[in-house]
Amino acid sequence: MGDALHLAGQLVLSGDPDLWEIVLLSLRVSLIATLIACIIGLAIGSLLAVSRFRGRSAVLVVINALMGLPPVVVGLIVYLNLSRSGPLGFLGLLYTPTAMIIAQTILITPIIAALSRQILEDLNHEYAEQFRSFGLSRIGQMKALLWDGRFALLTVALAGFGRAVAEVGAVIIVGGNIDHLTRVMTTAIALETSKGDLPLALALGMILLTIALVVNGFVQSVRSTATRAAYA
Amino acid sequence: MKLIPLILAALAATTAQAADSIIVQSTTSTANSGLYEAILPAFKDTSGITVNVVAVGTGQAIRNAENCDGDVLLVHAKPSEEKFVASGGGLERTDLMYNDFVVVGPANDPAQVASSAKISEALTKIANAGALFTSRGDDSGTHKKERALWAAANLTPADASGTWYRETGSGMGATLNAAVGMGAYTLTDRATWISFQNKSDFKIVLEGDETLFNQYGVILVNPDKCPNVDATAGQAFIDWLLSDAGQSAIAGYKLDGQQLFFPNAPK
Amino acid sequence: MRDFVDMPDARTRHEQGLTLSGISLSRNGTTLLNDITCALPPSGITAVMGPNGAGKSLLLRVAHGLIDADQGLVLWQGDAVTEEARKAQAMVFQKPVLLRRSVEANVDFALKVAGIRHPSLRDALLNRVGLKGRNKQPARLLSGGEQQRLALARALATNPKLLFLDEPTASLDPTSARMIEDILREERDAGTKIVLVTHDVPQARRLADDVLFLTSGQLHCHQDAASFFQTPDSPEAARFLAGHILN
Ligand SMILES: Nc1ncnc2c1ncn2[C@@H]1O[C@H](COP(=O)(O)OP(=O)(O)O)[C@@H](O)[C@H]1O
Ligand SMILES: [Mg+2]
Repeated sequence: MGDALHLAGQLVLSGDPDLWEIVLLSLRVSLIATLIACIIGLAIGSLLAVSRFRGRSAVLVVINALMGLPPVVVGLIVYLNLSRSGPLGFLGLLYTPTAMIIAQTILITPIIAALSRQILEDLNHEYAEQFRSFGLSRIGQMKALLWDGRFALLTVALAGFGRAVAEVGAVIIVGGNIDHLTRVMTTAIALETSKGDLPLALALGMILLTIALVVNGFVQSVRSTATRAAYA
Repeated sequence: MKLIPLILAALAATTAQAADSIIVQSTTSTANSGLYEAILPAFKDTSGITVNVVAVGTGQAIRNAENCDGDVLLVHAKPSEEKFVASGGGLERTDLMYNDFVVVGPANDPAQVASSAKISEALTKIANAGALFTSRGDDSGTHKKERALWAAANLTPADASGTWYRETGSGMGATLNAAVGMGAYTLTDRATWISFQNKSDFKIVLEGDETLFNQYGVILVNPDKCPNVDATAGQAFIDWLLSDAGQSAIAGYKLDGQQLFFPNAPK
Repeated sequence: MRDFVDMPDARTRHEQGLTLSGISLSRNGTTLLNDITCALPPSGITAVMGPNGAGKSLLLRVAHGLIDADQGLVLWQGDAVTEEARKAQAMVFQKPVLLRRSVEANVDFALKVAGIRHPSLRDALLNRVGLKGRNKQPARLLSGGEQQRLALARALATNPKLLFLDEPTASLDPTSARMIEDILREERDAGTKIVLVTHDVPQARRLADDVLFLTSGQLHCHQDAASFFQTPDSPEAARFLAGHILN
């Protein structure tokens, strides 16, 4: 552990370009995946929060279950679709960061949809009558809920990002862990572990943890500022 | 939505690839050893082609190649490779280089394997003693080789699966980590062993039997079957590997002063 | 200008005001509103009075179309209260529901929903309810009375023809209460129909043009304010005015 800590510090301080490439790719892939998953997931979550229809609870059960999708399964499904012999093979996306973004997006969209649905439904419970009094349309209602719930939703996005950036099973299958092309933090950790270079693997893990801490700390401070203004 | 073009741009940026690049489906043993990092820059300098290596087990590498997800296949399981070529998945298979397999185990050598001259004798001792043995269990080249060795010794360790015979279903490195973790013997290619850094008190307990010879072959994925294959760049890479320049680059890769791979392309 | 000569129906409908016919509502076997029928004039302030739990808030919700009654019909100027019709109405709830936004953003939201783009209007409204210069403050950090006044400003933003208020001065100090009463008078004089729930008798005396009196979901009387306070039509109302608690 001490070795790993020392090494982690050294790696960061040395500004090793390979390391930064991996860190930046990790962030880029997972941030874009989170962004796309938020657009899709928040639309689904807010729509479910304001809608009542037959089969709604079945939809909720499915989405909640999809939160537990094993990354490897997602990886396999995306692989089978993006493979040259698969239906989307002509796109030539396998073994690219785009493939990794697609896999992570699929993985975390249900998380964002399910968690945001819960938050927005609670919020809607409070606002619904006022909105009806305004004669607000359903879209207007969804937009207002998303805006007023934005600070709570930040935590939802963070949960999605956390799952995406920490995930290895899917990205290693669809990305291939190709050096300088699709190698991210987690696949690098898996690689170093398989090389038996446990201190280096652990050091990379600590850098990942540090990133997670910084992102969480940022979101936390945004939220507490918002809470002080009674906006969250 | 202003976001959509932003995302499309971001996606485009992540999709953009070097104009001339190929994908090599290869094995964890070659990739983990550091061979590619050592030799690929020289190839890139002379050809301008970027080689992207996907490192998986031999079985999966061949299946990926069968799905056209690669331009070149570089693995070590000759019968499977020949089947792949015969079924039209790839063009000609050429010997490229070899290294050898070794049996590693804990320093105290509980089954007294070190006194064996032959691998069949060593495996018999392990089986008789019921000493722990970790198998890749992942249909990789090493796994195929290991199964062949047990069969040659007239042993069926699969019957003991879960007791002293433990299949990790993982790559070489993960299997070595498992072996070290539980004090088990295992069969590994020498390159991975030399570059493996979590050896603990483990050492080579058997080596040198010529049946442990580990031949690597290289194959161009069939461009007639897979139109996406960059035959020109893929063939250029194979030609370079087989040339004097490529062969001496392979021979020149050393770790801890030891040569890991021995080029043996046909002249 | 609307030409009433060409639209004789519109004129009569206009004069119909708010009519409730046979409104009944029950939940879990309890009757909460029992066959309420009344016709409120198209202008002026109608006070809805009665003890706690009488069903005043429920009646307001039904009249505004937020709750569908089990039976009965609500008509505003001859039309059912549709989603679209509700845009010409506004309601200030007993417990104001403010958005998690600044004071001005709460008013802006109402203006935007109504499709009104008039930047100076918002500041005029805030000024009117005594929240001048408080634009950027978080709405939910306002005091109870201030929240109530902001909710009123927001309700007035859309310039409603029919305004429902559910005990808008219950938690207010006398100055704030007076301010709201003044605003309600101004609105009434400008032609807005106001339905005001209150159990503050002096306030009802000051403001009401007519009075609805309820207990236990039952409408006891609908009377002209002057006569209600002098000689109420029902014994329950008389006891209520005399200060006896009714439940
Ligand atoms: N959704 C509901 N389900 C059941 N009972 C309700 C519901 N809403 C209100 N009530 C009951 O109806 C009665 C009248 O409530 P309300 O209209 O709020 O009284 P008030 O006259 O004090 O405004 C109360 O006894 C209340 O408990
Ligand atoms: Mg009430």
